[in-house]
Amino acid sequence: MDMSVNIAGVRLKNPVMTASGTFGSGMEYSEFVDISKLGAIVTKGVSLTPWSGNPTPRIAETYGGMLNAIGLQNPGIDTFIERDLEFLKGYDTKVIVNVCGKSIEEYVGVVERLADTNADMLEINVSCPNVKEGAIAFGQDPKALEKITKEIVKKAKQPVIMKLSPNVTDIALMAKVCEDCGADAVSMINTITGMKIDVNRRTFVLANRTGGLSGPAIRPVAVRMVYQAAHAVKIPIIGMGGITCAEDALEFIMAGAAAVAVGAANFTDPFATQKVISGIEEYMDNNGIDNIGELVGCVG
Amino acid sequence: MKTKETATIISQECLCPGIYSMRMAANIAKTASPGQFISVYSNNGARLLPRPISICETDGSSIRIVYRVAGAGTEEFSHMSEGDRIDILGPNGNGFFKALREEVTSDTKALLIGGGIGIPPMLELAKQLSKKCCVTVVAGYRNAEQTFLIQDLERYGKVYVATDDGSMGYGGTVIDAIRENNITCDLMFACGPKPMLAGVKKLSEDINRPAYVSMEERMACGIGACLGCVCTTTDKDEHSKVNNKRVCVDGPVFAASEVVL
Repeated sequence: MDMSVNIAGVRLKNPVMTASGTFGSGMEYSEFVDISKLGAIVTKGVSLTPWSGNPTPRIAETYGGMLNAIGLQNPGIDTFIERDLEFLKGYDTKVIVNVCGKSIEEYVGVVERLADTNADMLEINVSCPNVKEGAIAFGQDPKALEKITKEIVKKAKQPVIMKLSPNVTDIALMAKVCEDCGADAVSMINTITGMKIDVNRRTFVLANRTGGLSGPAIRPVAVRMVYQAAHAVKIPIIGMGGITCAEDALEFIMAGAAAVAVGAANFTDPFATQKVISGIEEYMDNNGIDNIGELVGCVG
Repeated sequence: MKTKETATIISQECLCPGIYSMRMAANIAKTASPGQFISVYSNNGARLLPRPISICETDGSSIRIVYRVAGAGTEEFSHMSEGDRIDILGPNGNGFFKALREEVTSDTKALLIGGGIGIPPMLELAKQLSKKCCVTVVAGYRNAEQTFLIQDLERYGKVYVATDDGSMGYGGTVIDAIRENNITCDLMFACGPKPMLAGVKKLSEDINRPAYVSMEERMACGIGACLGCVCTTTDKDEHSKVNNKRVCVDGPVFAASEVVL
């Protein structure tokens, strides 16, 4: 049985990775999970300089989901390379670094610093809904997306994955823009902008007022968007949004995703990624599937 | 070493309206220390996130938590009873371990300050401290009807009670009660709402005695990965090089001098 997948020339031992921001750089989860069993680890977003993120509360649970408004707190690229990428050298998995910035120059700055590191691929975060500058501003306007994608593809040594926002009218168009500008893959979806109000305090639960909704509540939206994008582009799609088990992951794969990422489910169960991997293996075994590629986009 | 396990509930009782005490058999009890917490998972798939709940007592084979019903998750826990199984992860956080090891001698006069649902972690701490030094506890509640753990705490030291409405003990805040009763100390430990912790920090500066405060914040992962539960610190934090320590792993216990309250 072959569970491996190929994304832009990079071979992943299986199609399961972690969704950025839910797994740090793996250090904390390595107490529970064998990181070498993952197809890839996608790191928490990293910027050129340290970012403080948003005030607290940053987290709110909602029915079947959760809102977060972390605001991309991170130590900046220098510490990230010295500490996080160094740590990941100890594991036999592919490393995908999530890159964020407030301007194209900042994104490019991070991409250039990563050129000679052990990062196998770059995921460009143009879709975080929780920061005021950069991020989602690039992911909601096709022209802005075109400009940043071209610049990054020009400067990047590693394959470029553009992470798309679901907070758009036409997801297929955004995926096509990325493909046309030379991106090697797209990942989708980032969180859906949401809000929760505390009726007893008569105010917002999150200090940032709005946050990004993730978890099982968004899965049908994410599966639909992957399906639409898969019909618009030929580059590989990494699907995510509320995956908790193998069945959820297989929905994305059958909708057209070449690989999948597990996010909020890591909070509900630190072993979620391992369960998804073994569950897919079991499904392939039970259904006589020799190669996971047979299932990609099989719903037509 | 943190582990996730399915614990078995040994007993559960309601201590006063909205406050429950649950004891469970768990391996985590072997290594848990005062001030640490466990992540308690719901059996309802629609509730994704574990609830961080402080350890009230531990005896090596079981853990006792005393918690307030604050929403649907804790409401679900409150309906569980003997023999039910519950998923937990822990022990999480640093606890009062460092202060206990480095700053407490037989001459130390320790003052434990708890407010509302911040009182439970003070019990195990009082128990451990009472083996080493003199313990005084000041516990603050809303009113007489909402009091709990007073008799448990009295086994380990003198307990002063303060209530918001004066229906029991001193009428006012725990800080007022400390000043009013001229309670002196060498070292303070506190857990409770933020305004109370700010009062403890100020008191610590006024009387020039160190204080350790246990912080609370909304969490997602509970193990330091998601950066949901940070608190503002005076110095740059080790993880992100900003001024945001993670309550779940760098805390929940901090020296009052290192956090901004």
